[in-house]
Amino acid sequence: MSSQANFTHAEAAEQFIADEPRTDWHDDTLWFVREKRDKAAHSLPEWEQLRQWASDIKYHGLSNMHQLLVDFEKNAIANGIQVHWAVDGKEHNEIIYKIIQDNQVQRIVKSKSMLTEECHLNEFLTEKGVEIVDTDLGERIVQFRKETPSHIVLPAIHLKKQDVSETFHEHLGTEKGNNDPQYLTEAARGHLRDKFIASELAITGVNFAVAETGGFVVCTNEGNADMGAHAAKIHIACMGFEKIIPKAEHLGVFLRLLARSATGQPITTYSSHFSKPRAGQQMHIVIVDNGRSRQLGRESFRNSLKCIRCAACFNTWPVYRRSGGHSYHTAVAGPIGSILNPNLDMQANKDLPFASTLCGSCSNVCPVKINIHEQLYLWRQEITKEGMAAKGKTFAMWGMSEVLAHPAIYRMAGKMGRWVVKHLPFLTNNGMNPWFKQREMPEAPKESFRDWYLNNKKK
Amino acid sequence: MSARETILAGIMANQPLSQDLPVIDVSAVIQFDSNLNQFKTVLESIGGIAIEIIDWTALQDMMQSDFAQGKRVVNAIAEIGSIDPNLASLEAAELASVQRAFVKGGIAVAENGSIWLDETAMVNRLLPFIAEHLVIVIEAKNIVATMHHAYQHVASFDTGFGMFLAGPSKTADIEQSLVIGAHGARSLMVCIIQ
Amino acid sequence: MKVGLFIPCYIDQFYPNVGVASLELLEKLGCEVSFPLNQTCCGQPMANSGFEAMSKGCDKNFVKNFKGFDYIVAPSGSCVLHIKEHLHDEEDPVAADEIRSRVYELTEFLVDVLKVTSLQASFPFKVGLHTSCHGQRGLHLASMSELVAPAFSKPGTLLSMVKGIEVSRPKRVDECCGFGGTFCVFEEAVSVKMGKDRIGEHKDNEVDFITGVDTSCLMHLEGILKRQGSKIKTIHIAEILNSQL
Repeated sequence: MSSQANFTHAEAAEQFIADEPRTDWHDDTLWFVREKRDKAAHSLPEWEQLRQWASDIKYHGLSNMHQLLVDFEKNAIANGIQVHWAVDGKEHNEIIYKIIQDNQVQRIVKSKSMLTEECHLNEFLTEKGVEIVDTDLGERIVQFRKETPSHIVLPAIHLKKQDVSETFHEHLGTEKGNNDPQYLTEAARGHLRDKFIASELAITGVNFAVAETGGFVVCTNEGNADMGAHAAKIHIACMGFEKIIPKAEHLGVFLRLLARSATGQPITTYSSHFSKPRAGQQMHIVIVDNGRSRQLGRESFRNSLKCIRCAACFNTWPVYRRSGGHSYHTAVAGPIGSILNPNLDMQANKDLPFASTLCGSCSNVCPVKINIHEQLYLWRQEITKEGMAAKGKTFAMWGMSEVLAHPAIYRMAGKMGRWVVKHLPFLTNNGMNPWFKQREMPEAPKESFRDWYLNNKKK
Repeated sequence: MSARETILAGIMANQPLSQDLPVIDVSAVIQFDSNLNQFKTVLESIGGIAIEIIDWTALQDMMQSDFAQGKRVVNAIAEIGSIDPNLASLEAAELASVQRAFVKGGIAVAENGSIWLDETAMVNRLLPFIAEHLVIVIEAKNIVATMHHAYQHVASFDTGFGMFLAGPSKTADIEQSLVIGAHGARSLMVCIIQ
Repeated sequence: MKVGLFIPCYIDQFYPNVGVASLELLEKLGCEVSFPLNQTCCGQPMANSGFEAMSKGCDKNFVKNFKGFDYIVAPSGSCVLHIKEHLHDEEDPVAADEIRSRVYELTEFLVDVLKVTSLQASFPFKVGLHTSCHGQRGLHLASMSELVAPAFSKPGTLLSMVKGIEVSRPKRVDECCGFGGTFCVFEEAVSVKMGKDRIGEHKDNEVDFITGVDTSCLMHLEGILKRQGSKIKTIHIAEILNSQL
């Protein structure tokens, strides 16, 4: 399921950048997170080796996915966990709704799960009249504001303290104009503590699911996943099937990479390992496909399924930092989103792989060595092959390819181009030329290099 | 076909040729001159407090002092006092007012200041999260260098729940300002017994 | 050593001085350089826009022009990278493979093949070094700030051989300038913002010139600088390495 956006990334980005000081602030904030990541990475001489191990473990996982899932399910069930399977987001939502109805649950808390965002769980439940409280502080803030998270790890990164203060004043009755993060966090702590204590159902995500034990790991800094899971009578953990890793010892590799890549911390405050429900509790896992098995079959793109949702790629992406997560019109934005989302809905997301200069920085920061920038290039070819390029663009490209395939035509076109730029500047120096909006055109030299060569060198 | 069958069939059809698992060479990772010192340094940098103690009496004194001040304290360490036999079954509402909890930690990890706590140590899964302040006791000899070493010593899924705990709870969700004390404990004191 | 000089299309048409400097520099360093007269382009503009399938004619022309050289050298990181990764010719696959293994960007050719240790060049100015992405991350012309690996820079090494020059780096040492091919017009707002930010950091270093290995980056930065009325000029590294007092 993907959102039907009525804007392209380029349009949204232009609007975002119109507020230049705010763009600079957003860019600097995220760049700072990238710098923290660099510091953490450089503190481990074995960092690049860790990335290789992580990449290999994940690839092994992709290549043995069937067996690993079967083992995982068997082990989880033996430990008293109920395992459900959902083909798509709709089925995922219905499974959760059925558990809610069967148990007559009314008070639900949810910790951060990008999968539930992808499935639009909150919207679905709200339509059914079920109240669901997001407990990650950033997510609670955007939930109050009726926005979606703009970053998969830092959901409210697009908001300033004043924005949060206004929102909390409106919804929690905090002092108007008090922007102190400590004060605001304390208010949220009190408000959400009541929700945890009263909760009947806790929904969490899954960072890693371990096949050999049937257990799973949830990582947070706030402790909100656990406050819900250990208080509520029912715990539902939602996961894309690619979250599987073979053995518990592999967590040593991933837990060393995850927080360092995401925020520059050596590890999150809580790395919670769940394997059995507590006495009297129901524990459920929902394993979701939603296009992942299709992506698994795409040779060029299957490596995108290695993703551990750290968002290091977001923080290094110059385009994301200057356009904000909402300009990607999907649950998972950033570079990783741009190679996952076209698989979900190519038509709706055909603009995303083009929102990049292919600089390659993302692939370098990815802890599991996904070749993101190469996949962006390959998605461009796929999208064009499917006939989704704009008609005008296709014609222009065809024209260019003909010119460049025929030397004599190329030389003539070049000469004409230079003549126009020199003698008829108004043809290029106008509002219809996007280059000219904020840049001067290059000057036209009197001769091409080839002309110079023939006149000076070729004797 | 059920969803399970559909999904598994799709995966079977699409998964690539099997590639072997890598060999994790634990001898190739970072080592510290002193795991104890590294642990303390990192713990302090993430908002925790480390104190070295000779024996359990320091903790007994701490607990007595809390009682004297009328604080609600929960103890989960047999060595320092009795453990409430109902602790395991206490629910959230009954634990909400706990101001301090004492829990015994297992393996500790120097590279990230974390401590392994399993369900038998916590007694009640909610306790280390809902208590306003947390005191964890570890033995210096149980501090290992990295997570790889930790997983060699910890059967992380044997008791129904366990976690690596690194410092007090925190968030930076409001304009990247670090605030200690989000939903979990507001402070963490780690007492290290030699 | 027979070197085929590959001059990217926009350098041929708009910045011939970069081609001239490259040719003169290579000859000064003892190479026998010839310029195949019927070359056009590497095909990158189409390929990066999703039209890889349309670059066959362009590829064929490239192979025809450049087969048989010991080395093919170009003053452009992105064009060389594109050839290395994407050049194919169904009619002459062997020649295409040969070319891919013999194509070099100018600074990597000087450092890795000619093993230049000194240059008769003089450029007494403050110069900001822009690290062009495709050359850096694709061709490994320099170390990458994201990776835990020793620092090095082939363009930087060459610049240090130039008399009188004062080289500085921007604060974000390898952030992209925002050109990105057709990205520069299809995502104009982001492209220009990235360029302005890059320029800002060079301005902080009070440079006279901004240099790099890719004229595409420099053309984009130059367009912004001129619009801002700035005194800072852009100059391709070939022109610095070839300069004399």
